[in-house]
Amino acid sequence: MFEILGIPSSALFGQLLIGLINGSFYALLSLGLAVIFGMLNIINFSHGAQYMLGAFAAYLLLQYSGLGYWPALVIAPLLVGATGVIVERLFLQWLYKLDHLYGLLLTFGLALIIEGVARNYFGSAGLPYIVPESLQGGRNLGFMFLPNYRAWVIVASLTICISTWFVIERTRLGAYLRAATENPTLVRAFGINVPRMITLTYGFGVALAAFAGVMAAPIYNVSPQMGSELIIVVFAVVVIGGMGSILGAIVTGFGLGVIEGMTKVFFPEASNTVIFVIMAIVLLVRPAGLFGRRG
Amino acid sequence: MIEAPTPLLAVNALQAWYGESHILHDVNFDVREGEVATLLGRNGAGKTTTLKSIMGIVGRRTGSVRFEGQELINRPSDQIARAGIAFCPEERGIFASLGVEENLLLPPVVRPGGLSLERIFELFPNLKERLGSSQGTKLSGGEQQMLAIGRILRTGARLLLLDEPTEGLAPVIIQQIGKTIRALKEQGFTILLVEQNFRFAATVADRYYVIEHGRIIDQFVNAELEANVEKLHDYLGV
Ligand SMILES: Nc1ncnc2c1ncn2[C@@H]1O[C@H](COP(=O)(O)OP(=O)(O)O)[C@@H](O)[C@H]1O
Ligand SMILES: [Mg+2]
Repeated sequence: MFEILGIPSSALFGQLLIGLINGSFYALLSLGLAVIFGMLNIINFSHGAQYMLGAFAAYLLLQYSGLGYWPALVIAPLLVGATGVIVERLFLQWLYKLDHLYGLLLTFGLALIIEGVARNYFGSAGLPYIVPESLQGGRNLGFMFLPNYRAWVIVASLTICISTWFVIERTRLGAYLRAATENPTLVRAFGINVPRMITLTYGFGVALAAFAGVMAAPIYNVSPQMGSELIIVVFAVVVIGGMGSILGAIVTGFGLGVIEGMTKVFFPEASNTVIFVIMAIVLLVRPAGLFGRRG
Repeated sequence: MIEAPTPLLAVNALQAWYGESHILHDVNFDVREGEVATLLGRNGAGKTTTLKSIMGIVGRRTGSVRFEGQELINRPSDQIARAGIAFCPEERGIFASLGVEENLLLPPVVRPGGLSLERIFELFPNLKERLGSSQGTKLSGGEQQMLAIGRILRTGARLLLLDEPTEGLAPVIIQQIGKTIRALKEQGFTILLVEQNFRFAATVADRYYVIEHGRIIDQFVNAELEANVEKLHDYLGV
């Protein structure tokens, strides 16, 4: 055992790991928010509730269909993403030309309804969801103990984030998305079905939240308020990274998770507020966010 | 009299609105297969609105827009594009978040028979040199115009709607665009060209329509140009 700046290395690496885990969720969730905001111009306040729905979908799939973690990791995002498609068709599509406030209010109201219904049926105590057998246990890295499930969460989150970034920034489909963000009318006049693309984008963003929810279930338990607690921090992450920036969401998500973890080691009193302090500073110095485009 | 062939594009009793403002009142004209028709008119006459109405991107429109005999007036714009009409907007519409190559490859191919990239680079050699540029809007105005025209040549669209492609460009570039339009006509493209620059239009057009206050007020063919120059100056206020 060695020490760094008077802190035992195991504590340091332990917090670094927790920071990376939290960062994995910040990144996945703020990525979804950025994708949705970029394409729909809507600040999706139901993102936390949709993350919670993902976790509940996994829980219910296990309870009632006997489908475990791995199938749930695919099925839950598809199911919750499909509800996103319905929400977009029924409600959101009428709001694009209005002020951001309308989309924000609608999705916020939706979040309250989803959470209220969940609390009504499941109470507010957390329901346990066990780590899948294949990922139980862990390995000793010498300087710390690394649980397999946590390693998986970090790798899975990074993989999804990088793949999403790649698709948006480097492929033909991504070029359609970026172009439609700038000028949807012209992209449509080139023969691309932009409304369908917008619907699927919302479905994808919601599915990302649900995917994060399934991954969170074995770590944080499954509870109706799991999303609303997390989403406040995630919105701060989005503000810091810059609304609508894909790379910004990913880098800021992981970065702030780590910063938060390190604060817990060196200055524990500030660990719950550090992200908001950074947000305030960024808003003062670079209102568009670290990665945001100006104007 | 010889029977005229069915026009490729037939616009009849076209009206269009932006919100409450009634912009096009009664627009009627035809574009025949393989010709360059030009729509002339002063600023604010309704030229751009006419092209946007054909393309299905104004608030509300009524009347009839027939392309190859198909009625397009109630179709959404993506279906109009897929019917084989391509639009090059006045503001060019180059995407800042896309590189030059991405901008060029953006419009999907809607039919076979579009130009190959090599052929497009023959028409616009500058584009090939700028292909690596990471932001389409970093090109000069002339290059952006070439990119805006070049990208719709790949799609296989038969009818090109060009909205003031010479606006704000240097004379040499205007010449190059004129040469390109003539080359495209030779390749069998049909072009509806919107212009205020009647001198430029006269170098490429087969048929002229004059629009004022949202109505077509005059029309003539190239052979009648001489006889109409006086009137045109009047219409356009030059
Ligand atoms: N988006 C819009 N909303 C309201 N009015 C518009 C809009 N675009 C154009 N107009 C009006 O429609 C008329 C015709 O415009 P336009 O078709 O752009 O003219 P042109 O292309 O011949 O210069 C003008 O009076 C213009 O002010
Ligand atoms: Mg115009």
